[in-house]
Amino acid sequence: MSAALGTEPFLERAPLELRDWFVRLLPEPLQWLTHNLITIVAILAVFGLFFAFTTVAERKLLGRVQNRRGPNRAGLPKFSIFGGWHIKHKLWGLTQPFADAIKALTKEDIVPAEADKLLHFLAPVIVVAFSLMTFAVLPFGRHYIPVELDVALLYFFAAGSATELAIFMAGWSSRNKYSLLAAMRALAQLISYELPLILSVVPVVLVTGTLSTQNVVLAQGSWTFGFLPHWFVFTPWGFAGFVIFLIAALAESNRSPFDLPEAESELIAGHLTEYSGFKYALFFMAEYFGLTALSGLGVTIFLGGWQAPCEFLQIIPSYLWFMGKLVLMIVFFIWVRGTLLRLRIDQLTRLSWKFLVPLALINLFNGGFWALTADVSWPWQIARWAVSIVVVVVPFFFMGRRLSAGYTPRTYRYAP
Amino acid sequence: MLGSGILKGLAVTAKNFAGSYHDPKRMVTVEYPEQRTVLPENYRNFPFLVSENATDAMGTLRCVACQICEKECPPQCIIIEKSKDKKPDASGKMQLYPAVFGIDTSVCMSCQICVEVCPFDAIKMDQVFEIAATNRFEGLFLDREKLAKPNSYYHQIHPTEAAEVDARLTADRNAAAEKAKAAAAAKAASPVAKPLDEPRRSSPSEGGPATPGQ
Repeated sequence: MSAALGTEPFLERAPLELRDWFVRLLPEPLQWLTHNLITIVAILAVFGLFFAFTTVAERKLLGRVQNRRGPNRAGLPKFSIFGGWHIKHKLWGLTQPFADAIKALTKEDIVPAEADKLLHFLAPVIVVAFSLMTFAVLPFGRHYIPVELDVALLYFFAAGSATELAIFMAGWSSRNKYSLLAAMRALAQLISYELPLILSVVPVVLVTGTLSTQNVVLAQGSWTFGFLPHWFVFTPWGFAGFVIFLIAALAESNRSPFDLPEAESELIAGHLTEYSGFKYALFFMAEYFGLTALSGLGVTIFLGGWQAPCEFLQIIPSYLWFMGKLVLMIVFFIWVRGTLLRLRIDQLTRLSWKFLVPLALINLFNGGFWALTADVSWPWQIARWAVSIVVVVVPFFFMGRRLSAGYTPRTYRYAP
Repeated sequence: MLGSGILKGLAVTAKNFAGSYHDPKRMVTVEYPEQRTVLPENYRNFPFLVSENATDAMGTLRCVACQICEKECPPQCIIIEKSKDKKPDASGKMQLYPAVFGIDTSVCMSCQICVEVCPFDAIKMDQVFEIAATNRFEGLFLDREKLAKPNSYYHQIHPTEAAEVDARLTADRNAAAEKAKAAAAAKAASPVAKPLDEPRRSSPSEGGPATPGQ
């Protein structure tokens, strides 16, 4: 990895050079430890800030979608060290997340008297820890992958599903029947959608023949005529897989329209009922970390990861391409949240078991077909594309008809 | 086809998003402390006491401390103590006045019953809503001085209602003055006749101020 680094452009290697320079300042026994600690601190700092500004972007975008302005009041407080002088500009409300953090920290932390104190404390810690662990295998740039694992995809889904344990832990330890029921319902949802989420990724593994995220990105790294990227989202099976992945990722990260586990307007807060103060903020944080990690995986697997969309755009560093695509995914998720209504629990599970899972299985076959016909000559390529499109579109059409059978646009009749 | 409704919905929200930047008419909110909407005339909040004169508010309160509002108030938030002496009111008649008049706005529920029962048009509904205070007992308890606001202010916030009240009060005063004159004339003509018990005020539309639209 470091051997190829010397030939890279300056911007591409600058952060790594800085890290290596700092590591070399220390004595030999500390170097390995410092090297890894810097990686961890960098992930925590970058994605901590990313989380903070995602919350404010979400509130502002949702506001705009509803023809409001969103939060724009929080400026900087008056610091006495400046002797009364302070910045009067509100900074477009961008300091809002820091004000929220201070609020969450200073709030009273209430633990129910009957609660299982240890599990009640551990649940938010575990949920944040596991959702942060998923960042370890995401390739943020050409040379920026914290841990290069051969089975990175397996690791990602294992760490991602461990957060479900924490959710049940939270519901159980609160010793509140509403929390417990909500946690069970959250589990039902998360397990239902774990299946299409993983099945949508399997065709990529079939086609690329690897479980390593970095190799998946490298497999997407060529261009037809120099400007048509070979990202998997631009293949029929990849597009279908990406759509299934998006829907399942929404459900996995408890976001609207699948935010039943903590539906604000219907339940109190689901499994978070007995949490307050910073523990609540930790769950909130874990939810956003999970969303960011899943978006990052979607970018890695379907949207070409850190690859530039055109050959000449490679002058922009790879990590910026990754972050740009990640931001686009997050904005799309916020846009969906501002548009769709919440599903009912039966609609939710039916969508998964009767539509997404069969479609993902058919798509798995489609991916296998694509992998087997990889070497055909180009007139046959047209037939390959046509077959692949038909295999995806026809089942979508018929299963969609069956899923929405009996649902016509509602007509409202008012009392005379 | 499945999903077409979702795409239509996404288009609607995208239109809202883009429109909110270039079309101020779309915005449903105002930037409150800097921008304010005009309150509707019928908007009401806590009551205030009407005084005839802005310079001598305490001397020209219309309230005669009859304590009807105090008795009618459902949450019992009005406290009145009658004065020991009498002062001439706007029509020159000697009346009691409230030595203490207080409204606890933390208890008041803005029901307007005090306004409806007042036979003197002395208490009316205000439009203030920025009453945040740091002390619940001192900041939210309004005494006589804080409650008194001139008639011109009443005209400003409820123009239609205030004009009706003024017309009625002027008519009553004129009628009272004429009656007094007639009584004086009759007394002069037949000094043995017993003078009529003159009603203080005889409004035909008793039972509260005629609010517009009532």
